[in-house]
Amino acid sequence: MDILALLGQGFLVALSPAHIALALLGCVLGTLIGALPGLGPANGVAILIPLAFSLGLTPTASLILLTSVYYGAMYGGRISSILLNIPGDEPALMTTLDGYPLARQGRAGEALALSAVASFIGALFATVGLMLFAPLLARFALLFGPAEYFALYGLAFAALGGIAGRNPAKALLAAGLGLALALVGYDTTTGVPRYTFGLMELFEGIDFLIAIVGLFAVSEVLLFLEHARGRAPRVPALGRITVPLRVLRRCLPASLRGTLLGFFAGILPGAGASLGSFLAYTLEKRVSDRTGSFGRGDPRGVAAPEAGNNAAAGGALIPMLTLGVPGSGTTAVLLALLMALGITPGPLLFAEKPELVWGLVAALFFANVVLLALNLPLVGLFVRLLALPAWILMPTVTLVAFLGIYSISNNSFDLLVMLAFGALGYLLRKLDVPLVPIILGILLGNEMEDNLRRALLISDGDWGVLVQSPLAKGLWLAAAAALLAPLVLGRLVERRRRALFERGS
Amino acid sequence: MLSATRRTLILAAFASGLALPALAFDPGEVECIAPANPGGGWDFTCRQVGKALFDLGIVANPVRVTNMAGGGGGIAFAYVVSKRNQDPHLLVAASTATTTRLAQGAYVDMSPEMVRWVGTVGADYGVIAVAPDSPFTSLGDLMQALAERPEEVSIAGGSAFGGWDHLKVLIAAKAAGVADVTRIKYVAYKGGGEALTALLGGHVQAFSGDISEVVGFIEAGQVRVLAVLAPERLPGKLADIPTAREQGIDAIGANWRGFYAPGGISEEAYDFWVEAVRQVYESELWKEVMAQSGLMPFARFGAELERFVRQQTADIEALSREIGLLK
Repeated sequence: MDILALLGQGFLVALSPAHIALALLGCVLGTLIGALPGLGPANGVAILIPLAFSLGLTPTASLILLTSVYYGAMYGGRISSILLNIPGDEPALMTTLDGYPLARQGRAGEALALSAVASFIGALFATVGLMLFAPLLARFALLFGPAEYFALYGLAFAALGGIAGRNPAKALLAAGLGLALALVGYDTTTGVPRYTFGLMELFEGIDFLIAIVGLFAVSEVLLFLEHARGRAPRVPALGRITVPLRVLRRCLPASLRGTLLGFFAGILPGAGASLGSFLAYTLEKRVSDRTGSFGRGDPRGVAAPEAGNNAAAGGALIPMLTLGVPGSGTTAVLLALLMALGITPGPLLFAEKPELVWGLVAALFFANVVLLALNLPLVGLFVRLLALPAWILMPTVTLVAFLGIYSISNNSFDLLVMLAFGALGYLLRKLDVPLVPIILGILLGNEMEDNLRRALLISDGDWGVLVQSPLAKGLWLAAAAALLAPLVLGRLVERRRRALFERGS
Repeated sequence: MLSATRRTLILAAFASGLALPALAFDPGEVECIAPANPGGGWDFTCRQVGKALFDLGIVANPVRVTNMAGGGGGIAFAYVVSKRNQDPHLLVAASTATTTRLAQGAYVDMSPEMVRWVGTVGADYGVIAVAPDSPFTSLGDLMQALAERPEEVSIAGGSAFGGWDHLKVLIAAKAAGVADVTRIKYVAYKGGGEALTALLGGHVQAFSGDISEVVGFIEAGQVRVLAVLAPERLPGKLADIPTAREQGIDAIGANWRGFYAPGGISEEAYDFWVEAVRQVYESELWKEVMAQSGLMPFARFGAELERFVRQQTADIEALSREIGLLK
């Protein structure tokens, strides 16, 4: 096999002592960066670029270090999602939905271990996919024009019902709020600033990392302040730190489905890991949630999005390497690094720089194994965080949030935006409005609007273009199915739940 | 101004590759502000030139790079004008994006005269490209289509409406005599890569970007460049690409990279930085960096750059008015 020979050479490149050391360093740093709220993979990689430069690393070594950080951050993001209900970065958003309830039930260790395994599965398959089909899959990304992207985001919003919980109206309100916030900033299609109030700080729109940290972390602290008086610090049972094989087996299909969806979402430039984990979660809920257990601590609700976002991380490398087009924010930073090192990714990279590409693939395999080996034993340590008294934990969360956000832009204005989001999050939590759809609105709203307007500009205002291609038609059908499914299935589920309840009582 | 003898002395020092003599301005601890997140073009400019300044011995201490993203560079511009106006130890990375946004009033209440324009370290020249099987075989073909049936041709680019990739199309169209440039369909993407994907996928008919974005695709035969918007043909393997000028369309689109310094610094400090950037630009070390990163020659220093920036902002302002971006 040609590929095996190339991969073998890749391992020879990747497994030099210096490269192994860099991969290890990258994995540890990445996990930390992912776990800290406010520092996502994109910022984590960006902050470390100067390190790669100052160490005078070769292109291959730099890429190994930074992709290890990238994969590590994808692993790490889940930790604070599960333990604190604060997503460590935006792809880990969906993990809060079932991860945190699991932690509240004293199953934090199990959730962490399970999500590490799911992450491993996602990253492993994505790396295999990258290795085998990269050039082929790059062509798949080309099929997506503005109309198809719009349909894809339409599908994502249609699937929103999947996370609506008990009150769809409130989820809709939250999504609308997110979409409205996505309007802030200058509009690419007309070049006109919208809702910036003459503030240059709002010119580039609202950074969703700031929104996430504000909505989740700051509001958590505010809630704590409200309840702190007279309440004993909560010490949930730590529970076991391994996953029962039974649970693992039950979650395997969820992980694999999440992997597939995440991988394809990752390949599409602009969609990326957040969309991947989102689709993975909502699909999994549609497919497997027979008893309404999702959102209340279903292990499959942790496995699917974690496999999804790690698979998307691998998928996003494909357009970056083969087309020179980043599939996500982080790969955009990696791309810039490659260009700065004098390497132009593109259609010829695989032919011209095989040692770099295969070294990278081998390094990804290696990093993935290291991450699993690193994360499973550390679960016990992470879980112990929960036993920390809240008067230590909460100020630390606040400190990390402020530092993380300030380190991105060196601008105190962002801190004010973060606090405003914190107040908003506090208010919405009091009103029982879910926070996740807001982030999705901000995250997907911009892309959705831009693609709609691109499609209409190209077609000269003919709306028919939106359903012209077979791909677009298929996506809209899927969206319709996702929208209508709860109406049909909802009744079924309700009936079954009632039946279960009656049997149980 | 520097006296003639001191200038000679400094130049002599440059020629002999020595550090600056003690009587010149002391740069001390130097900071370079990249008005964007790490990884972008401005970040690259700061880091690479900062490294060269130190490696060539022009400054005694490593240059500290600060990333100050926001407002498309406007946050850093306003910060320098309001808080660091007298600071002689500061450089800020700039490019055509800076002048474009200044010209269009995107930097609220700011204007190019508020800072000192120091020098450039190269440029990325604009290209207009199509798919290999496109019916357009020359820039003239494309321009004729834009004039006669603009509704049928969409051009993708990596900047917003009125941004540099859009302006390059307009500059070429005006030079080609297209009467109504407002009817040209420019499809704005978040970056050159995404726009290029739209071209490769056949979703648009043409692409406007910079040469560095398409180099790999030219070699792979995936795009055909109709014209490079450079004064003359590019060196090396890019020499096959015709310029717009030789096709009878006098359009130049240079996305330069360089620096400005705070407006309130002394003439001595300003002259030091002008000479420092010039020395970096002319060094062998920098020629290697340029070759590696695909930067093309583009040299404007001191007063010459100030004039150039004035002219460029005036041109862009007029063009932006014409397409209705400015009232």
